[in-house]
Amino acid sequence: MSLRLFIPRDAGAVAVGADEVAAALLAAATKRNIDIEIIRTGSRGLYWLEPMVELSRPEGRIAFGPATAADAESLLDAMLANAGHSLRLGPAEGISWLKRQTRLTFARCGVIDPRSFEDYRAHGGTKGLERALSLGPQDTVERVFQSGLRGRGGAGFPTGIKWRTVAQTQAPRKHIVCNADEGDSGTFADRMIMEGDPFLLIEGMTIAGFATGASKGYIYIRSEYPHAITAMEAAIAAARRGGMLGNKIAGSDFAFDIEVRAGAGAYVCGEETSLLESIEGKRGIVRAKPPLPAHHGLFGRPTVINNVLSFAAVPLIVERGSAFYRDFGIGKSRGTMPIQLAGNVKYGGLFETAFGVTLGELVDDIGGGTFTGRPVRAVQVGGPLGAYFPRALFDTPFDYEAFAARDGLIGHGGIVVFDDSVNMAKQARFAMEFCAIESCGKCTPCRIGSTRGVEVLDRIIAGTDRAQNLSVLEDLCNTMKFGSLCALGGFTPYPVMSALTHFPEDFGAAPRRLQAAE
Amino acid sequence: MPTFEPWSAERTAQIISEYRGSEGPLLPILHAIAHAFGCVPEDAVPVVAHALNLSRAEVYGVVTFYHDFKPAPRGRRVLKLCRAEACQAAGGDALTARAEATLGVSIGETTPDRRVTLEPVYCLGLCATAPSAMLDDRVVGRLDETRLDALVAEAQR
Repeated sequence: MSLRLFIPRDAGAVAVGADEVAAALLAAATKRNIDIEIIRTGSRGLYWLEPMVELSRPEGRIAFGPATAADAESLLDAMLANAGHSLRLGPAEGISWLKRQTRLTFARCGVIDPRSFEDYRAHGGTKGLERALSLGPQDTVERVFQSGLRGRGGAGFPTGIKWRTVAQTQAPRKHIVCNADEGDSGTFADRMIMEGDPFLLIEGMTIAGFATGASKGYIYIRSEYPHAITAMEAAIAAARRGGMLGNKIAGSDFAFDIEVRAGAGAYVCGEETSLLESIEGKRGIVRAKPPLPAHHGLFGRPTVINNVLSFAAVPLIVERGSAFYRDFGIGKSRGTMPIQLAGNVKYGGLFETAFGVTLGELVDDIGGGTFTGRPVRAVQVGGPLGAYFPRALFDTPFDYEAFAARDGLIGHGGIVVFDDSVNMAKQARFAMEFCAIESCGKCTPCRIGSTRGVEVLDRIIAGTDRAQNLSVLEDLCNTMKFGSLCALGGFTPYPVMSALTHFPEDFGAAPRRLQAAE
Repeated sequence: MPTFEPWSAERTAQIISEYRGSEGPLLPILHAIAHAFGCVPEDAVPVVAHALNLSRAEVYGVVTFYHDFKPAPRGRRVLKLCRAEACQAAGGDALTARAEATLGVSIGETTPDRRVTLEPVYCLGLCATAPSAMLDDRVVGRLDETRLDALVAEAQR
């Protein structure tokens, strides 16, 4: 009798005991003289079920979870006898939370062995790159442009325009830079891809290199993601061995290589120009634009800089065509968005779906409300610079423009759920405090404004001259919003003002409740 | 538990030579120095500056900009607690207060016996299994009082 198991090596699964579960299963099987093979995958993103163990069966993979090391013996019994178990979830693909999703970018995440290039190929990998090589650079850029793909890092700028600009800029050397400085709280999709399907990112960047005439790529990964750094470095080495990086890629004359660079704990380096400065070995100070990175980017050379998820969406777009991708979504938000449900949420994890799903569906239905069982009071969408939304705005569809119309942003797709014990004045203060800690210091509204913001909020919370200080706060937010050089200072007013607008009672002001049908 | 070697100019020069050929080598060099010595000591700054043909001010400016590069070694174990929104929503603030009380230090400080440094971290990307922590290189999620107490006790050992 032999067993073939899949257990995630994803940091989120490891943090709740996946390594211990794998070790216990191995030890228990060895003791019983059972032949066992354990393949460490990424996570499927159903984090409340992690550590999730999947058993390979002729009819497909059978999932069990959330497992602990103490369950090893009984899990083995159930697996060997193909019998019931209290942790048995049935066929992994049949779990309704997974089945409801439209997994384009995350199709392979949690399925394949992220260290095996052969496994990537066996699951449909490299087809996008092969298609690009046969289409030629210009048509590849056109496919990305026509797909309507917008930058998934948060700004939502059309990816095809960036690529076209770099392709049209003449220079002896150009660069592809991947922004993997995923610092927003409540987001982990980049980490999951890098740990679960790293070849997809490599393929996306290689296509970008081919399409724009660049020969060298950098992936800037935050140092808080050691598992992702290890996974990416292993995958890059495997991709070189497999001929997806290096000279003569996939038998063509195209040469491209990628290097991983680790960040050093500065949130502002998620801002693209600050990230470029950081790779160059400087303080992560934001650059004024123009010149655009597409003209004058890394080391002064034309540079495509995109988020992990933007690059990861590209291979499928190139392989299947623009229309295939563009047909998902609504309005100007095309394709799918990997949405991340986090914080105090019952069913937290990665939910990839076409744009258009409402916030309420995501939080109440898919997320199942809070794990504390208390009512949801607020959700912060789009990271530390995103707005807090009250229940009254839960009809907002997940779409760049719809969120902007309600003074919010979807950012990198993270949703942090808070129950009714949250104090929104405290959250507003934290937003200013975080901006003060992380400000690069280049522009005054951000550098000084954030510190003044903390002080003003402290006075409001203490009840000192509340009305005057509230108007000072509004004025200050206005200055930061319009006077800051980048999104750190410019967007910090979103969480602050949304907290004040939607939850004035927490600031000691008279409530002015929004109506749902506003 | 990580172990570090005492700072030496020779070892620093050796690290620099490993990265010198790459473009923009300063951050990789500083990471390697921090990895070897547990910090980026002030003595390393002129050595790096000289080798890369930068001013000491430029290197010092970079070292002090990034949270990862500490001027002096931290405690024997480093316990990072996530202080960002997702972990706040999941009860992280109360757990930080509990860790501070148990260790007798505020977040950002090292215990007087130099055993544990308690540090804030702004997001480990484990936001669906919050609250989260990291002890040296090990990530821990779904923290509650019991799991936190065990983690703090392990760090103190």
